[in-house]
Amino acid sequence: MGKNRAFDVTTLPGFTAIAILAFVLLYAPIVTLVVYSFNGGNSVNLWGGFSLKWYKIAWENEAVQGAAVRSLIIAVWASVIATSVATLAALGTTRRKRFRGQTFIYVMINQPLMVPEIVTAVALLIFFSSVKLATGYSGLGYLILAHSAFCVPFAYLPIRARLEGMDTSMEIAAADLYATPWQTFRHITLPLLMPGVLAGAMLAFVISLDDVIITEFVKSAGQDTLPTYMLGQLRRALTPEVNAISTALLVLTVLILTAFFIITKKRG
Amino acid sequence: MNQDIAVSASRIVKTYGAGTSAVRALDDVSIDIEKGEFFTLLGPSGCGKTTLLRCIAGFETPTSGTILLSGRDITFTPPNERPINTVFQSYALFPHLTVAQNVGFGLQMLGRPKSEVAEAAARVLALVRLDGFANRLPQQLSGGQQQRVALARALAPQPEVLLLDEPLSALDLKLRKEMQSELKRLQTETGITFIFVTHDQEEALTMSNRIGVMSAGKLLQVGTPRDIYDRPVNRFVADFIGETNFVRATLAGDQATLGSGDTIVVDAKGASGSVTLAVRPEQIRIAPRDRPGAIHATVAESTYFGTDMHYQLALSDGTFLIARLQANAANVYGNGDEVGVLIDGTALQLLAE
Ligand SMILES: Nc1ncnc2c1ncn2[C@@H]1O[C@H](COP(=O)(O)OP(=O)(O)O)[C@@H](O)[C@H]1O
Ligand SMILES: [Mg+2]
Repeated sequence: MGKNRAFDVTTLPGFTAIAILAFVLLYAPIVTLVVYSFNGGNSVNLWGGFSLKWYKIAWENEAVQGAAVRSLIIAVWASVIATSVATLAALGTTRRKRFRGQTFIYVMINQPLMVPEIVTAVALLIFFSSVKLATGYSGLGYLILAHSAFCVPFAYLPIRARLEGMDTSMEIAAADLYATPWQTFRHITLPLLMPGVLAGAMLAFVISLDDVIITEFVKSAGQDTLPTYMLGQLRRALTPEVNAISTALLVLTVLILTAFFIITKKRG
Repeated sequence: MNQDIAVSASRIVKTYGAGTSAVRALDDVSIDIEKGEFFTLLGPSGCGKTTLLRCIAGFETPTSGTILLSGRDITFTPPNERPINTVFQSYALFPHLTVAQNVGFGLQMLGRPKSEVAEAAARVLALVRLDGFANRLPQQLSGGQQQRVALARALAPQPEVLLLDEPLSALDLKLRKEMQSELKRLQTETGITFIFVTHDQEEALTMSNRIGVMSAGKLLQVGTPRDIYDRPVNRFVADFIGETNFVRATLAGDQATLGSGDTIVVDAKGASGSVTLAVRPEQIRIAPRDRPGAIHATVAESTYFGTDMHYQLALSDGTFLIARLQANAANVYGNGDEVGVLIDGTALQLLAE
């Protein structure tokens, strides 16, 4: 196979060594983190025997519980909102004739991918603080809105990819068979688009779950999510509790991303 | 307004693009399609057949011109409000719906009760001989079966007109022959007006009540298969519908003088001067050289075609004629044989230069 081709990267000198080094750099810290989450001692880098004690401590820690629930609420809402918006945006940019300013619209939709996150965070902080002042509302809504906004492009990309891979012949056939535009969307476009929508929602969920910078700026007092709680812990005594929480997050994320890949691979 | 006209298209122009890159896919096409007929649009790829169907179905709006359905102007009616269904070349079956759901889709969208939808789907599936496949998904069917589902799906709502865009082109020869007679049967049984598109002249000749021959966005001739075959209006039609020899000749009364100096008697119908004779290969017979009226020729090449022999005959001035004869012992000639050629002049078509 590869050996017969004119250029095969594996024949370059040092290929194997570099590949191994890259994998070690990528995974050694994570492996260490996971291993020390099972530490029986109190240190994040001195082994004190195997134990599930830090999982138990984290599980029973009310601050962690609160942060975990908040993280999930925000991630669920943000992924639902972002996916809905992204689906409409994807339909609007693929299911119509090319229009003037289409590229500009793409850029606008994907803006959160390009603007430095810290800039968005500061902007949201200033914007929401004036809204807070005006309305007096200081609930989770701000975090949900902020997360929804930066999750849109992540949800948009897989949905648009799916739509671009679906030619309009199905929708034309539906219209030929007396379906109104709404019936066509409901019975044909949406079911066929579902794998893309699910993939987009999962990606948005993971991105929201993981966010630190924007959350740190936008949250009110007592609104820690898991990542910002862990960030706060770093400033105090670092215990393997952080390892345990990280490992749990890691497992959740890996599960969701695996589902994402299975969904996007299936049926092209 | 004629009560018997299903679809009446008049002066349809469809232009794609603008300026210098504009394409005239349809160039002033007018056509009346009668109720209950099997009408075929025939023409080479890119001549505008699909575009005309798409205008009738409502997927395209003509740049100018009008389309009437049973006398009602539908030029700007959206496709879902036209009682017209299409069998797509790619079938376009809904992959996430079962065969029965696909077939029932049209009636379901029209808001018919579930029981009626299920009943109609079952009946039409039986009509296309697919009973027993109702709960399969399209991808679990062969190409030929998918084709039948597409047909059933378009027939189920009992449209006034059924449009079929090269529905058989993806099938292999044997299946295609089967589906040709199947389609003919369905059209007769349902009485629905069929507008069938193909680039295969044999398919058009065997299946249609009438044929419209198209080229480069224009409708060149409309007529029965006989009309089109026996009396093509121009060289393009003659050439496209079956094999034809084109022979230049000069007319003097009913006497045509070929380039080789030989003469044959034709029915000039008042034409004169320089003309092209369209001679079908089966209108040529080979006879001994000394037969009265025979034109002298040499057999240049002979090809065996199963039931037929094809001979390429060189006239004295070097022009060639293709003759098709039954492959029997009386009709065996070898390369280089000197033969006589008899042309039935009254059956010839004269094409203006
Ligand atoms: N959407 C389109 N945009 C631009 N040109 C088109 C479009 N559809 C068809 N055409 C052009 O119009 C002409 C007729 O096409 P079509 O109706 O598909 O021909 P046929 O079905 O006879 O093969 C072709 O030259 C084709 O390139
Ligand atoms: Mg076509």
